[in-house]
Amino acid sequence: MDLNTIWFILVGVLLIGYTILDGFDLGVGTLHLFARNDEERRINMNAIGPVWDGNEVWLITGGGALFAAFPFVYATVFSGFYLALMLLLTALILRAVSMEFRSKVESGSWRKFWDYCFAIGSFLSALLFGVAFGNVLKGLKIAANFEYQGTFLGLLNPYAILVGLAAVAVIVMHGTTYMTMKTRGDLQERFVSFAGKGWIGFVVLYVVATIATFFAAPELMRGTISSPIFWILFIVFLASLVYHPVALKAKRNFTAFLSSSLVILTLMGICAVGLFPTIVPSSIDPSYSLTIYNASSTDKTLTVMLIIALVGMPLVIGYTYYIYRVFKGEVVITGDSY
Amino acid sequence: MDPVFLARLQFAITVGFHFIFPPITIGLGWLLVIAETIGWKRGDERFVNLGKFFGKVFALTFAVGVATGIVMEFQFGTNWAEYSKFVGDIFGAPLAAEGVFAFFLESGFLGLYLFGRGRVSKGVHWFSSLMVAVGATISAFWIIVANSWQQTPAGFVVQNGRAELTDFWAAVFNPSTLVRYFHTVDAALITGAFFMAGICAYLLLKKKAVNVAKAGMKIALIFGLIASIPELFPLGHEHAKQVAHTQPEKFAAIEGLYTTQSGAPLVLFGLPSGGIPPELKAPIEIPGMLSWMAFGDVDAEIKGIDSFPKDEVPPLFLTFVSFHTMVGLGMIFIGLTALGVFFMWRGTLWDKNWFLRILVWVIPLPIIACQVGWIAAEVGRQPWIVYGLLKTKDAASVTVGAGEILFSLILFGLIYLFLGAVWIYLLVRKVKHGPDETGSVEAV
Repeated sequence: MDLNTIWFILVGVLLIGYTILDGFDLGVGTLHLFARNDEERRINMNAIGPVWDGNEVWLITGGGALFAAFPFVYATVFSGFYLALMLLLTALILRAVSMEFRSKVESGSWRKFWDYCFAIGSFLSALLFGVAFGNVLKGLKIAANFEYQGTFLGLLNPYAILVGLAAVAVIVMHGTTYMTMKTRGDLQERFVSFAGKGWIGFVVLYVVATIATFFAAPELMRGTISSPIFWILFIVFLASLVYHPVALKAKRNFTAFLSSSLVILTLMGICAVGLFPTIVPSSIDPSYSLTIYNASSTDKTLTVMLIIALVGMPLVIGYTYYIYRVFKGEVVITGDSY
Repeated sequence: MDPVFLARLQFAITVGFHFIFPPITIGLGWLLVIAETIGWKRGDERFVNLGKFFGKVFALTFAVGVATGIVMEFQFGTNWAEYSKFVGDIFGAPLAAEGVFAFFLESGFLGLYLFGRGRVSKGVHWFSSLMVAVGATISAFWIIVANSWQQTPAGFVVQNGRAELTDFWAAVFNPSTLVRYFHTVDAALITGAFFMAGICAYLLLKKKAVNVAKAGMKIALIFGLIASIPELFPLGHEHAKQVAHTQPEKFAAIEGLYTTQSGAPLVLFGLPSGGIPPELKAPIEIPGMLSWMAFGDVDAEIKGIDSFPKDEVPPLFLTFVSFHTMVGLGMIFIGLTALGVFFMWRGTLWDKNWFLRILVWVIPLPIIACQVGWIAAEVGRQPWIVYGLLKTKDAASVTVGAGEILFSLILFGLIYLFLGAVWIYLLVRKVKHGPDETGSVEAV
């Protein structure tokens, strides 16, 4: 395996890690307005309060790694998605500050305002990530020399929006499953029911999106199905997807959460297998596509970065695991809470 | 409108606004470590409450810092695509390293620090405060590495139309990294110290949680004095010497040296006029001093602005004024903290309401010093985005139009104004409420 392949996998791991970890934060946020009273809203925010910050770092590190390993992808896609990314950043900003700001003032209208910011910010982030991902799968209008020729409205095509909605459904399923571990009693029951609805919504959207992919990105589909790794991932995907509601019903909430995490991991893995060795296909001409070779940094930089990752990431995973252990279980509102 | 100008304006606003917060949290982070250490080791309730109170102030500030920081991570790609392509082989690595080695640490342990009180042992809780401060400080390192490489690029070769890495450590420890890092981190320590001292002074004036405020004032003033003294000498001085040796155009601009001369004077005060050739109005100078400071010889020749091609000279007014404002503020910080520590030593500080009032009002000054210092550094590098290699005008995204940038500029401008206002409002509210005197847990 060459360095470019390793970095394709590592950037993938960071982005999948981000989706699994911040995904449940965004899922909790997306359904935030369905909470019935102030206490439930506080439980939402405090369930993710100690960890959302660390989760978002997966995105920041993923962005940095993409810049370092595949600068031409970073430059072409980020400038190409300009307005969409500005909206995404706005959504992420609102999501981030609203938790911290909300609890500081007791007035009802103040809290309501930040509740809306939190919910809209979370929903919009998930949707836009999904839309961006859908556009990458479908291919972008990239001409020679990585010149992006698309438009903002062109990004809002039906296929990308479909993928965006599927992304929202999967993180709702994932976030509500997370909340079943953080609550009890009636509230927990409601989250189980939300998770079930999220599951149904995701399955429907997933099937529609998969069929649509045959038309929107036939090349991608062909590449995917011919790979043996795809079949392994696909079997794990199906098993996790089927097992998720079973686990929830058996009140094995942590196992259900692992299942929804695996659903995300395998699904993104399948897309990565389909794309490989391309990172961003060109819809104008396949020879203009950004690949792990023509868009990458030098071997020297990839080697240095690999050492950084090998030294740093085990530590990160170690203390992240420890921190999750500390905060596991039901949310208890104390004086230090949001 | 010129898209490059708009992109620069947007970058200046987003980075300037973001840079209000990290210096506060880096400085405050270390002061929290001190407070938590005393609170834990001596079981001193005053310091425990000080930690709780400033921990919340920290969290509020950190949240805005993080929210605005994400924009920076994306903005090189969105607005400076040509730059990103040119430097990606070098510039991306420190940004990724910042995430891996620093930001994970800071964010992860901040959650533990803020929410873990009572869930983990006191030792682990103390350790989490330390990791927050360490993370913030390492974070600054990698960001300064990236920016310093723009100032004094090293460890690379230009081929295939881009800068390619040849020596990682030479790129990391390029000629300006360490001096700029220590200078910047020390500035952050000063910022945190004045932040805490000012808030404690307010509490003292309002007779709120007086014992906690006194405890905070003590550590903040002593910490502030220890941080303020080396900021000018040796840290600032060494940084200026480095600029003189490696970026002579910037040096001439910030020091107001417009004609090449031996025995160049140090300009203490003056106002650059916009004329051609440029001149300083009403200068107060010390003859030969600049040559001596930069090159250790009063007769050393220093290149003035007239030695450089006209299109490779940075803006003269902004660089000169921001640099001199920073130096002046640096002196004020030494004076104020020294006076404060002196009053404390004499035991008269708590009665000196006039001095406490000054401490409240000067809270923004170190933040301003950080901002003008950064302006001097970044505007002083112009017209280059990577000194000597790539010009700013050739670095912006070619596919992003002026209209799009104007839209995002207004969008971020409004959001940041709003966030800034809410941050100040909540901060003032929090301070007015004050810390707990007793050990009871405060209701939110």
